Amino acid sequence: MHEVVSITAHSEIRLQSAPSPMPLQVRNLTFATDNTEILKGIDLDLATDHLTVLMGPNGAGKSVLLRLLHGLLEPTSGDVRWSGQPLTKAIRKEQALVFQKPVLLRRSVSANLNFALGLRRIPDRAIRLKEALADLGLESLARRPARVLSGGEQQRLALARALILKPKVLMLDEPTANLDPASTLLIEQAISKVRRSGVKVIMITHAPHQARRLAEEVVFIHAGRITEHKPAKAFFDRPESEAARAYLAGEILI
Amino acid sequence: MQDFAHSFTLAGELIVSGNEDLAEIIALSMRVTATALGISALIGLPFGAILAVSRFPGRGAITVLANALMGLPPVVVGLSVYMLLSNAGPLGPLQLLYTPTAMIIAQAVLITPIIIALTRQVIADLNAEYADTFHSLVVPWHTAVGALLWDARFSLITVLLAGFGRAVAEVGAVMIVGGNINHVTRMMTTAIALETSRGDLALALALGMVLLLIALAVNGAVAFLRGTERSAAHA
Amino acid sequence: MSLFKRLAAGVVAIGLTVGASAAAFAADKFIVVQSTTSTQNSGLLDYILPKFQKKSGIEVRVVAVGTGQALKNAANGDGDVLLVHAKPAEEKFVADGFGVKRFDVMYNDFVIVGPKNDPAGIKGMTDVTAALKKIADSKAIFASRGDDSGTHKKERALWKQTGIDPTAASGDWYRETGSGMGATLNAAAGMGAYTMSDRATWLAFKNKDALEILTQGDDRLFNQYGVMLVNPEKHPNVKAEAGQEFIDWLIGAEGQKAIASYKVDGEQLFFPNAKGSASN
Repeated sequence: MHEVVSITAHSEIRLQSAPSPMPLQVRNLTFATDNTEILKGIDLDLATDHLTVLMGPNGAGKSVLLRLLHGLLEPTSGDVRWSGQPLTKAIRKEQALVFQKPVLLRRSVSANLNFALGLRRIPDRAIRLKEALADLGLESLARRPARVLSGGEQQRLALARALILKPKVLMLDEPTANLDPASTLLIEQAISKVRRSGVKVIMITHAPHQARRLAEEVVFIHAGRITEHKPAKAFFDRPESEAARAYLAGEILI
Repeated sequence: MQDFAHSFTLAGELIVSGNEDLAEIIALSMRVTATALGISALIGLPFGAILAVSRFPGRGAITVLANALMGLPPVVVGLSVYMLLSNAGPLGPLQLLYTPTAMIIAQAVLITPIIIALTRQVIADLNAEYADTFHSLVVPWHTAVGALLWDARFSLITVLLAGFGRAVAEVGAVMIVGGNINHVTRMMTTAIALETSRGDLALALALGMVLLLIALAVNGAVAFLRGTERSAAHA
Repeated sequence: MSLFKRLAAGVVAIGLTVGASAAAFAADKFIVVQSTTSTQNSGLLDYILPKFQKKSGIEVRVVAVGTGQALKNAANGDGDVLLVHAKPAEEKFVADGFGVKRFDVMYNDFVIVGPKNDPAGIKGMTDVTAALKKIADSKAIFASRGDDSGTHKKERALWKQTGIDPTAASGDWYRETGSGMGATLNAAAGMGAYTMSDRATWLAFKNKDALEILTQGDDRLFNQYGVMLVNPEKHPNVKAEAGQEFIDWLIGAEGQKAIASYKVDGEQLFFPNAKGSASN
């Protein structure tokens, strides 16, 4: 009983420290390599209070878009603005990106988290570390070298490292692809929890069930263009574009 | 073949006898090479890592230069350091020629490019894996360099061993700047050269075997330490 | 920035250490003698120097290189005393102001060694130029130092007297090793070649293999050693007092006696002949 109360109190604190909003504005965003145009002039506005899922067939340009939004790639042309500002270091520090394949330092689980904590001025490090380990079920693995963890444990650690800095925007690129159900569940729970605390979440997933469970709105991308952008329920119930219908029906799209 | 067998016996006798001169020579060899390696590591590890992660004009040229300098002939290094330290040279007033310090400088000059070039390669490979994550986390460049060096430490130990091997086996440079002075600058390699010129090939070969044993011992000790740290890290 | 600071601190620390050790070395009482490989390889210096150190308390540090390099090093001021065997070059060294005064110390002689089967047939000859001519005529392999050392200078002078220019056959039967006496003897042993060596190095040499002395006893094979102080007026770092003390000992009664008493296998290697005055 006592524990339940304390957890509630804990959540209260998190809600109080809810990040200030960071709306996204994308205008005419184009990205091309030497011979291929991957994104063909994208316009996108995302509000701060949604969990947005990017969907679309392989090669549609979802990952490239996510990287452009986070500044890991430079656009060929066009504009990415967060809260009306171009991507600066200060803005990027408020964001976190979890890659499909986790990249972890060759150190223990807690050392990986401490590395992230050491990058910012954070007063209550020990508490943060404990929270992050607990949120993703990593307490018993804290002293293990990150490199010997299972794929699911590694991805949980990558997510914990992203969350420990309390970003205002969390981006995830197929975070649960090829993971065991237990890890998938833990990761989805953690995503839901941060979403409830007011963090903007943008994630890519290929799993329709996961999208139905988590998404509040869906952006469907096909062949470098956004073909649909609407609330999740509307998207799943009445997909408008041919491509989205085919995709949801499980057909192969090129 | 008789010489070989004789040398083996001689090497064994030398080690067992606890010959004082030999102990002195080994101690000097180790002190000079360890110090030179320390200096080279202090310069080469950070410099090689910075070369691997940063982008600045002339970076490619410096990389090519470091790679090329790995093949620097020791005699050329010896001569250059001699000309610097000679009483007729710019650093003559320091009176360093024919001292262990001169040999340390020569060995450090010889192996620093090796440490730089190999470190750059090791760190560049690791950075290819880490770069996006570091960029995403907004890691300052000096923190990134430190983290890469630390995470590559097992590979970098091999880099340092390569430098150690080159330095400890080197004779041309230390002969010129050290002078092979008995009890002052006589090292394993210069002693081997001296015994060879005296025609005492068996003794020279025996000393060579002792040197090989030392190199084996150093490598073995490092492998052991590395093994225990690894297993501790993986426990 | 912090990495740079740590790096800079490390470099400064090393600089201080190096400086301190340099100071420590300068404080010791020692002199550096530039000498030739023959005095070292024969074991003479290992034998006589402890006697001097015991008496004077001065440590003698010997850098043993070819005479050519020894002269060059000494001209650079990298040494206090020069002990070599190439009289004309030594006289030039003094005349050019690099050395103070040259003294005769001792002599030994050169010998022509070669394979026991003696393809050129010079065994027992006492006329060195005739022997060299026979080697050239038979095109038997001859290993030359080729390093501008005292021995090499002597060898070239002898070839000049034969009227033959062996360097025309360089790479053919005339092989220039470009290295010290010991290395050249090793090469000669390996190739079954003739070569010219100072007797001291030859006697102390352990890898004689199939080589033996074939020609000796010609007056022209005489090998004079000289000693001189490096000019402190050219190089103020030269330890003139200690260096002169060593020279005085070497050409004095004690040093001369020590040289004469050094024997390898019962054979005397160097013959003291100091006059206690300048030779020219």
